[in-house]
Amino acid sequence: MTDRRHRLLPLAVTVALFALLYGAGAYHFDGFFSLQVFLNFFIDNAFLAVTATGMTLVILSGGIDLSVGSVIALTTMVSAALVEHRGWSPAVVIPLVLAMGSAIGLVMGLVIQYFRVQPFIATLAGMFLARGLCYLISIDSITIENPFYADLAAFRIPLPFDTSITINVVVALVVLAVAIYLAHFTRFGRTVYAIGGNEQSALLMGLPVARTKVLVYTFNGFCSALAGVVFTFYMLSGYGLHAQGMELDAIAAVVIGGTLLTGGSGYVVGTLFGVLIYGTIQTIITFQGDLSSWWTKIVIGLLLLAFCLLQQVFARSRRA
Amino acid sequence: MTAASLRRLTTKDGFWPIAVLVLLLAYNLIADPGFFAISVRDGHLYGSLIDILNRASSLMIIAMGLTLVIATRGIDISVGAVVAISGAVAAAMIGGELVLSGGTGMADVTRYPLAVVIPCALGVATLCGMWNGALVSWFGLQPIVATLILLGTGRGVAQLITNGQIVTIYYSPFYVIGNGFLLGIPFSLFIVAAVAAVLALLTRKTALGLFIEAIGVNPVASRLAGIRARGITFAVYAMCGLCAGIAGLIVSSNVKSADGNNAGLLFELDAILAVVLGGTSLAGGRFTLLGSTLGALIIQTLTTTIYAVGVAPEVTLVVKGLVVFVVSILQSERIKALIGAARRSP
Repeated sequence: MTDRRHRLLPLAVTVALFALLYGAGAYHFDGFFSLQVFLNFFIDNAFLAVTATGMTLVILSGGIDLSVGSVIALTTMVSAALVEHRGWSPAVVIPLVLAMGSAIGLVMGLVIQYFRVQPFIATLAGMFLARGLCYLISIDSITIENPFYADLAAFRIPLPFDTSITINVVVALVVLAVAIYLAHFTRFGRTVYAIGGNEQSALLMGLPVARTKVLVYTFNGFCSALAGVVFTFYMLSGYGLHAQGMELDAIAAVVIGGTLLTGGSGYVVGTLFGVLIYGTIQTIITFQGDLSSWWTKIVIGLLLLAFCLLQQVFARSRRA
Repeated sequence: MTAASLRRLTTKDGFWPIAVLVLLLAYNLIADPGFFAISVRDGHLYGSLIDILNRASSLMIIAMGLTLVIATRGIDISVGAVVAISGAVAAAMIGGELVLSGGTGMADVTRYPLAVVIPCALGVATLCGMWNGALVSWFGLQPIVATLILLGTGRGVAQLITNGQIVTIYYSPFYVIGNGFLLGIPFSLFIVAAVAAVLALLTRKTALGLFIEAIGVNPVASRLAGIRARGITFAVYAMCGLCAGIAGLIVSSNVKSADGNNAGLLFELDAILAVVLGGTSLAGGRFTLLGSTLGALIIQTLTTTIYAVGVAPEVTLVVKGLVVFVVSILQSERIKALIGAARRSP
């Protein structure tokens, strides 16, 4: 029982922080406390939610993936180039880019697992490689005018009280649901937690460590590519500079969401709250008006730091 | 040459980086017979080789600082952001005000003398390094996460220092750092030599180098052996910050401005690549400062070659990414075991 309470504590801190930030925003700014503003958190950060969900599994397994931002950029670039310059149908392009993202994740996973290269080095190399491939396609931004993308970007699903959400939000919620199922209700998920807790023990228990680790990175590559597709709908362009620094945002969302950076402990749903906190900070800074958007990055960086330090305290008190 | 002496030569420190560098230079010489030509113009040396050395100077300095961090089994991916911060501090303190003076064009105007500007910029950069060092050594954060925080927020800080604008520097004494010449040789090379001399003395003439390697090989064992692992790790990150700060001054002096967004962009890749190419293992332990400077020279030569061949410069990023992959795979235990088995079997 105490163990369970211990594990739920970081999540509780996260939810409380979100409530506090949201309350502060609602108190300070007129029009902040509206359903549409709340839904906009999801609309504006759907891609972050998708990529952070994949990142959650990676971090739960004790690894890290720095390539997500670049893979998102590469996805927007490949989609834009194929749809606009080659005239390919989105029905072909979207599955293709998803396969591409999964393949990038697969290769990095194989390098990490079979050559024992540290995850941050393999994914750092992947990060530069994917960015480089973007520039190889074009150094300029490619605007997407394809009717399918334009229509889907403009499409709104009406909700009660005159509010609406986009398709992107639905995608993000589905990915989240799938990841929750994978992490908490399947053998694969339990293996991920076991690897994160102690890889050696997991191996001695006869769990399929190698396969699971490679699959985790593959799944994250898929999520990054899907986030890239969502991002393409959101921005309607492909650009090599898209999603610069997104890896920090994604890792921050996961860690703020209560997942331990050392792996083995955390909840996928926490990441949703991490993303919501990110959205709240972003919206507060927009409502404030006179602050540069750089402050979002700085505040998120500091929050990430605060949660990392908090985790150290938790870890120490548990050991004591 | 016998096989044994050949093997002794190829396992020597710095053999492979030098071999790669020589091959690259040889290719350039074949492609452009005038590549090695060095002439004297306006009282200083001039030529492609001098150009490569000058352009590689900032990278050589960062690579040396990063080498020490990597030797402790750490990493610092915030060096690019620190380059931007250091340049921003210098540019903000000089002022960026253009005052025209009769005839010669621009007057040298600065709000603070260089003797104040340079220590301040380097001080801020060292603080950045100390921040990383404190997070890693005292708070026990993973190096990649600790420095990722500064990588993400550092450019924001640089933007705040310069108010989100690109500040142009109109103060010619500052240009000397990145563009000037002393005794006919680029001034920046003297800075590289000074940094190299200090670091080499510190690590090879005192026990510090041994301590750093011990921490990288086994942090727990080194602590049990009485090495103050935390203090040394902290100092190493601070040193790396200082090196990035010096490089930031060279970069901003070179382009005569400070751009919070783009100064030192992707420097972290180049620096890591330089260290890896130089022969220092990313798994920590033994390190070579000379190798890292050679690595930096290889990267700059490669970039120059790619420009000269006429391939789009963006391709370099792909090549560099691939090289990191290949080298880190080659350094892995599995490949070493395979090579070892192959050597034993015949």
